[in-house]
This record gives sequence, C-alpha cells and structure tokens, in this order.
Amino acid sequence: MDISLALKTLWTTFLVFISIGLYAQDPVRTDTSGIKTLPGVTVVTTGYKEVIPSQKLSGNTLKSLNSFSVADAIRYFAGVQVKDYGGIGGLKTVDMRSMGTNHMGVFYDGIQLGNAQNGQIDLGKFSMDNLESISIYNGQKSEIFQPARDYGSSGTIYLRSRKPVFDSLKTSNIKGVFKTGSFDLINPSLLFEQRITENTSYSISSEVVRSSGRYPFRYKRVFPDSKEVAWDTTAIRDNGDINAVRIESGLYGNIKGGFWSAKAYFYDSERGIPGAIVNNVWKHAQRQWDKNFFVQGSFQKNLLPAYDIQINAKYANDYMRYLNPDTTLMYINNKFYQQEWYGSVANKYSLSKKIDFNLSTDFQYNTLSSNMAGFMVPKRLTSLVALAGAADLGKIKMQASVLGTFVNERVSTGSVSTNDAFEYIAPPKSEVTPAFFFSYKPFSKADFNIRAFYKNIFRMPTFNDLYYSDVGNINLEPEYTHQYNVGFSYQKNRTGSVWSEWKIQSDFYFNQVTNKIVAVPKGSGMYRWMMMNIGNVEIKGMDIVTDHVFAFSSDLLLNLRLAYTYQQAQDFTKRRNPELQKVTYGGQIPYIPWHSGSIISSIQYRSLRFNYSFIYVGERYHNSANIPENYEQPWYTSDVSVSKEIQLKKFRFKISGELNNVFSQDYEVVMNYPMPKRNYKIILSVEL
Amino acid sequence: MRKYFLFFIVPSLLALLITSCRKDVEVFVNEDISLESPSDDGFFGFYLLNEGNMGSNKSTLDYFNYATGTFQRNIYAITNPTVPKELGDVGNDLAIYGSRLYAVINASNKVEVMEAKTARRIGQIEIPNCRYIKFHNGFAYITSYAGPIKINPNYTQKGYVAKVDTVTLTIVDQCIVGFQPDELEISNGKIYVANSGGYMGAGNTENYERTVSVIDLASFKEEKRIDVAYNLHHIKADQRGNLWVTSRGDYKQLPSRLYFIDKDQQKVTDTLPLAVSNFFLDGDSLYTYSTEWSYVTYSNIITYGIVNTLTREIVSRSFITDGTDKEIEIPYGILVHPVTKDIYVTDAGNYVSPGMLYCFNKNGKKKWSVRTGDIPAHFALIPY
Repeated sequence: MDISLALKTLWTTFLVFISIGLYAQDPVRTDTSGIKTLPGVTVVTTGYKEVIPSQKLSGNTLKSLNSFSVADAIRYFAGVQVKDYGGIGGLKTVDMRSMGTNHMGVFYDGIQLGNAQNGQIDLGKFSMDNLESISIYNGQKSEIFQPARDYGSSGTIYLRSRKPVFDSLKTSNIKGVFKTGSFDLINPSLLFEQRITENTSYSISSEVVRSSGRYPFRYKRVFPDSKEVAWDTTAIRDNGDINAVRIESGLYGNIKGGFWSAKAYFYDSERGIPGAIVNNVWKHAQRQWDKNFFVQGSFQKNLLPAYDIQINAKYANDYMRYLNPDTTLMYINNKFYQQEWYGSVANKYSLSKKIDFNLSTDFQYNTLSSNMAGFMVPKRLTSLVALAGAADLGKIKMQASVLGTFVNERVSTGSVSTNDAFEYIAPPKSEVTPAFFFSYKPFSKADFNIRAFYKNIFRMPTFNDLYYSDVGNINLEPEYTHQYNVGFSYQKNRTGSVWSEWKIQSDFYFNQVTNKIVAVPKGSGMYRWMMMNIGNVEIKGMDIVTDHVFAFSSDLLLNLRLAYTYQQAQDFTKRRNPELQKVTYGGQIPYIPWHSGSIISSIQYRSLRFNYSFIYVGERYHNSANIPENYEQPWYTSDVSVSKEIQLKKFRFKISGELNNVFSQDYEVVMNYPMPKRNYKIILSVEL
Repeated sequence: MRKYFLFFIVPSLLALLITSCRKDVEVFVNEDISLESPSDDGFFGFYLLNEGNMGSNKSTLDYFNYATGTFQRNIYAITNPTVPKELGDVGNDLAIYGSRLYAVINASNKVEVMEAKTARRIGQIEIPNCRYIKFHNGFAYITSYAGPIKINPNYTQKGYVAKVDTVTLTIVDQCIVGFQPDELEISNGKIYVANSGGYMGAGNTENYERTVSVIDLASFKEEKRIDVAYNLHHIKADQRGNLWVTSRGDYKQLPSRLYFIDKDQQKVTDTLPLAVSNFFLDGDSLYTYSTEWSYVTYSNIITYGIVNTLTREIVSRSFITDGTDKEIEIPYGILVHPVTKDIYVTDAGNYVSPGMLYCFNKNGKKKWSVRTGDIPAHFALIPY
C-alpha cells in the first residue's frame, strides 16, 4: 500500500499513544515535559463541563413522548427537521439547522454510526425501547476529551442505551415490555441485567418488531371559491410492513480512576418500501433487507495525575439488499456489503486546574461491495487528528479545537485491473478545520450564560457520490459548512413556589453550506444525473427552548417544555439560465419550514401520569422554486398518553395507552408519502 | 386543585384551535399569461406536457392559445377537478388524433384520453410502463417496456406494442418487440419500433438493443429487425417515408448519432455525424438539439442543428441566433409551427424545479419565454 508520509507519521503517533496507554503506570515514561512540571494536580475524571450544553431528552421526559423510534423523539428538539416517509418501517432521516442529513453525526453509546455508502442514518431503525437519553449538539460536543471523530460533524446526536444500575439489595434486573396497537403492531422486548462482581455488570436486551404497516390515509381537494369537495379519496397504505429483530448486549466495568465497556449490537430486518402515492399507482412492491452488526469497546482511565486516556474501537458489518420485483419496472436485486474498522486514542493533559489539552488520533477503514454489474469496490482509509484546548476561567469558559482529516481511497473492480483503476480513484484529501466555543457568565448569582461558537467542517462525498455507476463523480470535493452561533441560557429555581423551576435557552445562528453536492441533469433523457459541487445555501435561524416545572403539591407535578425554531434557509445556487435563476435563487430550500415548534407536557399524580405532546411544522415548499405549485401545507399533530404504575410484591407493573395524531390530521412530511391518521398503542411492562 | 389543570388544558385547547384553522387544499388554479398578439395560422393552440420528476406526480399540461396569444399552466387540474391525484407521474408522450388528446403517463401506467379542444378527461387506457404513441385507422399503437417475463437463468423482460381501439379504449392486440422499445412510427403499412435495451445495457454496452422492429400493420406481427446502433430512442418518417432514427449511445465512449433508414432498402444507408437528443420534422427540415455529457469539462455540451432530409446534410449548426442558446440549461422539447415557422424550445433546467418555454421566430430571435411546469417536454398542436 502506498501510504503517504503523513499517514505513516500518524500511525506512529497512534502507536505511541497506545504504548503510553499500556505502560503509563511506569512514571518514568512520562517524557512529556509539560506533565513533569505539574506535580500535585488533582484530576477530576468525571470530565470537563461542556462550554455549551446540549439539548437533551432523558428519563421521564423521554418516556412521556409517544415515540416508537429515535426519529419520532428527535422531532421535539429545536432546530431539527425529520424527513419521515411514513409508518413504522418508513425511512426517517434527520437534518439539523438545514445543513443536510449528511452533515449529522449519530453516535450510539459513544461511537459514531457510519454509512459510507450514502451517509444517511435511518433513525427509524433505532428503537426507543432500550434508550436512556438522546442529546443533540450543534457544532460538536464542547467537551474536549473525546475521539477525533466527535469533532468531525456539523451537528451530533448522541444516543445512550440503558446501562445497568442496581440498588443495594439486587444483583439482577429483568424487564419485559409488550407493545401492540395500530398497524397490527406486535413488539415484545426483554431486558436482563446482571451484576457480576462489585465493579462489573452485564446486560442483554432484545426486541422483535412486527407490523403490517397498514394504515388508512386520505387525500382531499376542494374548489377554491365554493369550498365544495372536488375529490376526496381514502385508501390503505400498503407494502409498509416490517419484521425486525434487535439484540444488543453489553459488559460494563469500573476500574480505579476509570471505566470500560464492551458492546455488541445486531439488527436484522425485512421491510416493504411503501413508495410514493401517485395517480393510478396506490401500492408498490419494492422490498429491503438489512443486517447490521457491530462490536465496540471503550476504555477510559486516569493514568497519571494530569493525564487521562480514552481508547475506543469498533468493527461494523452492514448488509443491505434492495429488491424491485415490480414487473412493470426495471427488475433490480442489489446487495450491498459494508464494513468499517475504527480505532481511536484520546489523551487529555491537564496543564492546570483551569486548562486542559486533548490530542486524539482516530483511524477508520471503510469498504463497500455489491453484486451490481460493473460496481466499483471502494475502500477508504480516514485518519483524523484532533488537537483541542479548554480553559475554565470561572466566569469565562472557552475551547478551541482543530481537526485534521486525511482521506485515501482505493478502488477495485471485477473487470478493471488495479493499474487501470487508478483513474477511477478519487484523489486523496486532507483538510484542516477549526472550531471555537466560548461562554460567559456575567453575574455571580444569577444562572445566566452567554455563549457563542464558530465551526468550520465538511462532509466527505459518500461512496455513492463518488463511485455509483454513471452518477458518481470522483472529482467531487468535500461539502463545507460554516456555523456562527450566539445564544444565552437562564435558569431559575424557585423552591417553595408553584412555578418551581424554569429555564430558557435561545440561540441565533448563521450557517453557510458551500460546495454543496447536488445531482445535476447529465445529457438528456432517462433521468440521468451527475453529482456536482455546485450548491450554496445560507441559513439564518433562531431556536428557543424553555422548560418549566410546576409543583402544585408534593404529589402533583407538571412538566412543560416548549421549543420553537425559526429558519430562513435560502438556496443561493447559481443557474446558467437567468430566468430560471429568478425562480429558484434565494428560495427557501426544500422541506424546511420557516416556523416549527413543539410542546411536551406531563402531569404526574402519584403513580398516574398523563402526557400531552404537540408538534407543529409550518408551511414549506418541496422545492427552492417557492411557487404555489410547490407549496406544502403546515402540519401539526397532538399525541396523548396515560400510564399507571402498580407495585405488586416484587413486581413493578406499568400499563400505558397512547393515542397519536388525536385530531386525525391528514398530512404529509414528504410529498406523496401520506402519514397515518389517528392511531393508538398499548404498552404493558413488568420489572423485577 | 382543579384550577391547576388549566396549565395543561390551555395548550391543548390552543392546539385544537390551530387544528381547526388548517385549510383544505384547493384545486390548483392558474391565470392566463399574455405573451403575444392573437394570430390565426391554422391552429387553435398547442399543449405542452411537463414530465415531472419520477415520484413527484407532477406531470402537468400547459396550454398556449393562438386566438388570444395567452399561456396557461397546469390546465388539467382545473379542467378535471374531480380526478384524484391529477394527471399523474412522468408524462412521456403527447399526441392528438381526431378530436382527442392522448397523454402517455409513464409512471402512472396509463394513457390519459381527453377532448382535444378542452383537455376534459374521457377515460384512460391502462398500459404498464408505457412510452410512446402513434395512430392509424382508428387504432392507437403504444409501446411499453413491460412485456412477458422470462427467467432462464437471468431475469429478462421484452417490451411490446399494444394495439388499442380508440373508440372503446380497450387493448385489442399485442405484439412483442425488443427490450425497452421507445418511439414508434407508422409508415407505408409498417410499424417501426426503436428498441433501446435501456434496462439491459447499463453495465455492458453490448447488452443494449441495436435494432428497429418492423411490424406488419395488417397482420400485427413483427416481421423483421433492422440493425441500426446501440440504444435507440426516437424514430420518425420524413415526407418521403424514409426513417430517421436516433441512438443515445452508451453515455461513455459511444456517442449519440442520427441514422437514416431508406424505406425501399429497409436498412441504414446514412449516418450523420451529429449527436441528437431529440428532433422535429418540418417539411424537409429536421430541427435537432443535443445534450451530451463531457467527462473532459464535466459539463453538458449542448448543440443545435438543422438537417436537410432530402440532401441529408447538416445545413445549420444553430437555429437560435440571438445568443439565448447559451442560457438554456437542458433543451428538452422542440416544436416548429408548420405555417409561421416559429420555433418552440423548452428548457428542463435542473429537472426538479420549473422549466421554461421559449418561442423564437423563424430567424431564431427570441419572441418570448414563459415559466412552465417541471421538465417541459412534449408538444401537441391542435389543428382547426
């Protein structure tokens, strides 16, 4: 392999860090002069407090949402838009602050979920069943002690699965849940947690999802003046069935000055792809099979008074099969195989109580192959180095980081020999991108914080962008984002009064997406496309999130969370045709509403809980040409649920009933993909 | 304690209030756009079929009225307000026969049949993956990709030509042709079908079809194939009954070309060194344009031209003379007015947003332009 000098150097540093990790118990090996000069520093391994906190849903708030998948829950965050193609099995992708779904990093238990093929993570596949918390960060998690990959996205979502916790008397937890309801849903799940030793524990969680995915939907048009019905059609959504199994298992351990964990995850599914509802076509036959498997491990330890190390590793193997058996269309039976190897070492040095440095080196290797005729088999080696510094000066906290990304690719094909293949390989890329975070607390008493950040990052063209037969373009450059953000947060506890707690946080931002990768028509006829770096988007936005707690009495509690987002996301892509440019230039980009918001509320009365949640997505256009033909209606749904807990000897039962889209609104998130009308779910759970 | 529930009920009521405010979606209405002074040159007007990107269900019909000089977008929806989901997904061909207008809607698996003068719906002919339409003696002949399936051992599916009674709108016969047949032409008692093999050749050029199927009109049986070139698309007969065929090429090394089939010899006797995406025949003038991707410049190379069908020579390399051609992103449809010789060219833009319709006079100077639906493509003139 012809690895460049830079890569060799990186490898060396990586190996050096690993060896430091292995031998660091021996103080002689602390050859870094910076550390020697700092005796007697007490190290806090709990981690540096973030400069800008995340938006987080966890615990009861997360449970109070009638969310089936992570995508359903993520809709409640400010600044986030979910593209939902409908139903339990339908594709659901997330877009933060209108920068595009490929700019999102999704992390499961600390390590990023990859998809080198198309860069999209279908969050509809991630069940809420075993999740403890969802956090989202704009820019990046502003805590420096993390792998280099955590610095590498425009926005990040952290999904944290349940970790075993035992009260003093118990050594095992068992939890069984059974969900059923609309769409012929049957969804049993089982969790078992065991304490092995005082410091180690084990968990296994499994789940089966079966659903016909059938639901009625309705389209209706009225005459403009008389408002009389022009047409009104109700049909059943077909081919939205899903049959999925998830098994995940983890080992968790605490050691002196640190902890470790190991995890295996397996997901196997078959689903129908419901497709667009168009004139004369009310059902589709396309199907998709997925098998996702990964194992990952983390280790973190305080080795020296001022030095902490964190090691992460992962191997992932993904299989996807797409079948189009529709005899009226081109027959397709494609299989795709992806693999990813990943390793990371993060090193944190504390220069003083107030100043920390972190150096992380990551290596990632991705491959993609397929049974498609003429398919290029790309392999990508990505090396990342992140250097970050953080200062906590009391009123002022700040953090700066710089990320170096080095990408080398190789391609092999069945018909082309390695030498000839050279001209099909995307050239190596190296990028250095910075981020800066700042927060200021002007008053010592009031919990009021002002914060700001700037980040410049990019997303790599995906394997599909670069190599997909006919469409791919190996000359693609990365797609860049620049984010500028200022905001504040204020929090007040009023212990004793009814309105006992409130919190507000708000951010104003300006984002630029440059070099945006866009499919442009290629040649003529037959819908042929070529990926090109021609797009430009500018986003001006504002988020507000407020949380309130009302304590009416000791056993009656109301929680209320309101979120609002304003976004002006304009397409500034230049056109060759000035008349067409007038139509699309400056237009709001597809599916981004100007106004959106959500309400989450819950009332807890002893063991009884009542939840109400509401989502609003304002008017949008499905194209940058903001003309009446492309207008998409606002939609808003209300969901309610009631739950009751019952303790029977050692068993803790919980029964809940959910009603979603209470007012049975007929809506679409994506054009021609109708969403379910009113639907319900019943959940029974028992814990031992 | 009950009063505290207000905290909870207020947002619920608020939500209810907003919910009741949401308006029903209205049938789309568009206004007349005045473009030129009224004229009277043998035609009421013309329809322009916009394809709409696949899955968007945005195939629409625009209409230009010569008597008023006005243009109206999306007339199907308001003329037929009770049709669920409007005209459909991906319009692929448009033609007038007798008093009726036929729109081939590819991804909606149907041919929509309308009154020619009003675009009022009469009915539809169900043909899966239908492509192009021609008429003869009261029958419509429609190509389709979706013929019988064979698995031996690979999945293959030939296309066919459907013969449809235009009175009853029922399919009376089918004739199997090559893989993925595109345009067809009827001339001198024969149906000529350009086979593409578009689904077959993506990985290997040799898997494209390279023949024109010749079907005898009387027996409706394929009687032979004429070898032309890989990946055929358009076919039209000139005044003398000779055939002009385009090949798309393989999008790699093999370029698009224009071929001439002599009607008597029934074989290709001439090849024009001209890439052709689409063409329009007006008398002895064959107006063409082409969009080909260049891997050198990483952009589309767009060319225009006029071929004399008698001498079979390229007589002009540009029929747009005022520089407007440099603005057109993707030329996608063409029509020449038989009387005034005005030239109509559409621009499909980026395929996902509206396109433009340009009108040039016979000297190639722009008269007007107007925004259309998405991917404006196919014209049909309405004769008096």
